[in-house]
Amino acid sequence: MRHLYTWASILAVVACSTIGDVLISHAMKRVGDVGHVWNHHGTATVIRRMMSNGQLWLGVFFMALGFFSLMFALSWADVSLVAPASASLTFLTNAIAAKFFLRENVDRRRWVAALLVACGVVLIAG
Amino acid sequence: MSFRKLATLAGVVVFGSAGDVCLKRGMTHFGEITLGNWHVLIQAIFTPWVAIGILLLILFFANYLSALSFADLTYVLPATSIGYIGMALLARFFLHEQISPFRWAGILLIAVGVGFIARGPSLTVEASPAANLPVPEPLARGKA
Repeated sequence: MRHLYTWASILAVVACSTIGDVLISHAMKRVGDVGHVWNHHGTATVIRRMMSNGQLWLGVFFMALGFFSLMFALSWADVSLVAPASASLTFLTNAIAAKFFLRENVDRRRWVAALLVACGVVLIAG
Repeated sequence: MSFRKLATLAGVVVFGSAGDVCLKRGMTHFGEITLGNWHVLIQAIFTPWVAIGILLLILFFANYLSALSFADLTYVLPATSIGYIGMALLARFFLHEQISPFRWAGILLIAVGVGFIARGPSLTVEASPAANLPVPEPLARGKA
């Protein structure tokens, strides 16, 4: 039962962080390059574009949900399992989600990078 | 990649790592927090290390949003994972923690992964869902 709770909460962390990252990334592409907009249209435009972007708020909400799931997971299992497991899985799910939902060009180079970093995180935290 | 964009990615790494370290240092004073003594969390916010940690994490988030406005998610995440290496090296040389061969192997894998991603383009231009992205600088110059 403990294993079930631990892994269910780790999966919740991974799902919420991935959804949050994808929504925020999509929202920020619609806002436009912040530095560029800042220089050409001023600070007020940057703030207005960001504040009026519902997707950005939804993304932040999912990030917060992911954070609370992490707290929940930590109350069931050791940080040495929860942190690397959720971080490394998130690298992989983000690559998949970015390819299908954000239509990013996830070529072999990026797959290899995501895989190497995911394995590296597991080793470094282990 | 311009200096501003590199500085933004560096900001994600530095503020994220420093924020985590400050929070960790601040929260060790409070021991375990459960649903029974959740109000300790509110107390914690007003202690110096936790407050500095939160401030640094706000700066991290601002840089993260800015980075995602000019680069792909599958570029930003692996590129900023270099923070894991920085944290491990800080632990080795400032906190004098031992780094096992497994950890060195992890550092090597992340470094190679970051190297892989850094050699490629940072943004998928043609398939981007955004219609209002600024024209990339070389193209803009070519037209002028």
